[in-house]
Amino acid sequence: MEKIIEVKNLVKKFGDFTAVNNISFDVKKGEIFAFLGPNGAGKTTTIKILTTLLNPTSGDIKINGFSPVSEEDKVRHSFGIVFQDPSVDEELTAYENMEFHAILYHVQSKVRKERITELLKLVELWDRKDELVKTFSGGMKRRLEIARGLIHHPKILFLDEPSLGLDPQTRNFLWKYIQKMNKKENMTIFFTTHYMEEAEKLADNIAIIDNGKIIEIGSSDKLKKDTKSKSLEEAFLKLTGDGIREESASPKDRMRMHRGMQGRR
Amino acid sequence: MTSTVYIMWLREIKRFWRSKARIFASLAQPLLFLVALGFGFGPIFEKAGGGNYVEFLAPGIIGMSILFSAMFMGIQVIWDRQFGFLKETLVAPVSRYKIMLGRTLGGATVASFQGIIVFFVSMLMGFMPQNWLLVPFAFLFMFLIAILFTALGTAIASRLEDMHAFQLIMNFLIMPLFFLSGALFPITTLPNALQIVIKINPLYYGIDGLRTVLTGLSQINLLSDFFVLTGVAIAVTLIGSYLFSKIQV
Repeated sequence: MEKIIEVKNLVKKFGDFTAVNNISFDVKKGEIFAFLGPNGAGKTTTIKILTTLLNPTSGDIKINGFSPVSEEDKVRHSFGIVFQDPSVDEELTAYENMEFHAILYHVQSKVRKERITELLKLVELWDRKDELVKTFSGGMKRRLEIARGLIHHPKILFLDEPSLGLDPQTRNFLWKYIQKMNKKENMTIFFTTHYMEEAEKLADNIAIIDNGKIIEIGSSDKLKKDTKSKSLEEAFLKLTGDGIREESASPKDRMRMHRGMQGRR
Repeated sequence: MTSTVYIMWLREIKRFWRSKARIFASLAQPLLFLVALGFGFGPIFEKAGGGNYVEFLAPGIIGMSILFSAMFMGIQVIWDRQFGFLKETLVAPVSRYKIMLGRTLGGATVASFQGIIVFFVSMLMGFMPQNWLLVPFAFLFMFLIAILFTALGTAIASRLEDMHAFQLIMNFLIMPLFFLSGALFPITTLPNALQIVIKINPLYYGIDGLRTVLTGLSQINLLSDFFVLTGVAIAVTLIGSYLFSKIQV
């Protein structure tokens, strides 16, 4: 099958700190691909590089056949993304946020209304569509964020911890919706999560990343077999160890801290 | 494709319209300058044979209010970066140049609007345009000033992540731009060196243009005003777009 994401020897350094350390992987078209790793493993940094928000230090990347470094516009036409941290405009209403996104992503005006209505109902924000987002609770903002990411139907959909902060009902709806898009439109799904059962149930392939390196890659069954584990969670813990990780700061902050420390010396 | 520019523009307008406090707050400073300087220096200016000071001052204060609010439009980029919304626009399948253009036009519209309010407020202080037919041209000059400095503020903000740094740089830039623009006093009697500094300040041409169409007092040919201002505005917008397109989050 055709590869839609190709990553070869990707490295990203922030000063002396290596956030992503020489990783390579492929994602096939129409696949659901999960990126698992403890906090601070380099998941979000990798997604930022794949989605043109950060330039890599080195390595070759192809998204839908284009390079995110030199052909950003073509890459940006190929994907959609739901970010891990908030990115809605709090000074606009829920509906305006949706509409704004739809226009930026060239969703035809006929389809636009339909989808916005459907999605806002799906995440149960339809009744509050005309209220400013700054009046919303954290969970509501998160739901809006996800609904917004689903308005347009790209070739590749990146989801950075989509289920974070969602109740089980919404999570269930969300994944059903995403699976439907995956089947119906052969959309490639690339997601990160901390919920092992999500990855186990949904992903065709799983990459386990820790300290900026990919440790294992393969189907859930393969990972379990290789580590002689009963569940994916067990496999995950065997591969990454059971020490708790610190994610007190983003790589950039860490770089700043580092710089500050050097300065003081 | 123009829809990108339009929606970015509309966003700025909506945000401005929804924070009425901003509209009033932005009026306080120009009003203070008009009242304090107008009444304070007015009699001296007249005694020295300069004519009506409010007439001289009002276009300068209009220019000032636009300079301040336009430059601070840049802070929007830093807010958007901190609130995450910037990412949403940066990954969109549209040219970042258009996003920057929409932002700039939106910010410039808001800043011009504030300039227009100051224009009407100054009329309460006794200012009167010499010819109402020329007032639309004054609005044009306001818009050009607004574009130039919104683009400049946005360009600077594109390179910064932190609010405090932005504010420091703004104060560092805005004050000299304002005081050395001929907004408060005629520059003909100044020492040569200072005149040269003023003549490389694009705001000087903006305020001279405003003053020409509103009061007929002029130091430079109106067309030169227009072309210098337009040229610099385009150049700054292009540089700003480039810097904006290179943002990494």
